[in-house]
Amino acid sequence: MTRIVHKTLAGLALAGLIAAALPGVALAQARDPAYAAARAAGQVGEKMDGYLGYVTPPSPALRAVIEDINIKRKAVYADKAKANSATVEEYALTSACLLISQTKPGEKYQAPDGSWQTRGAGAPMRDARCP
Amino acid sequence: MTRSANPATIAFMRESGKRSMRRTLRALRLVGLMGAVCALPGCISVKAPDKPIVIELNINIKQEVVYRLAGDAAQTIDKNAGIF
Repeated sequence: MTRIVHKTLAGLALAGLIAAALPGVALAQARDPAYAAARAAGQVGEKMDGYLGYVTPPSPALRAVIEDINIKRKAVYADKAKANSATVEEYALTSACLLISQTKPGEKYQAPDGSWQTRGAGAPMRDARCP
Repeated sequence: MTRSANPATIAFMRESGKRSMRRTLRALRLVGLMGAVCALPGCISVKAPDKPIVIELNINIKQEVVYRLAGDAAQTIDKNAGIF
């Protein structure tokens, strides 16, 4: 009897794990809707240090979403920097170069002077060291 | 006129006069002190810059490092699309 109970519990735990992992997988593919909306609305933009910044004061909910993304970014940068014998800052700055290039017209990015710029049709203003 | 001759009013005026005199003296002393400090050689004057301040992030990061990492970083961004 206890055996059956144990098996059932183990099965339930496994199902729970899979269910918990699924949104994580989905998140790795697509942007959080709150982040996507804030980005499109120009509330957040790509900073020159490889992280997201606030163009306008964020709501507590948006701040939580963006901070979470920035923490995840830092973890990825740290991991990849180590694999490439570089510092986190070096890897983050390199990513910033690419991320600013990848912004779409209307999205916000930070220029080398620290100001927020709206991406136009042309090339964005980037750090002199960007490839 | 007769009203202002009220002894209480006179006392008050005298008191406030003393107070403002003291305040003036204190201000003068402060100005004198500042003058003395800035008269010294090596006085630092702060001027507002006429050009926009450019934040040089990570001055130590070399361009060659950025070029070396660019390929890997591009892949990382693609693989982690959700957070970029």
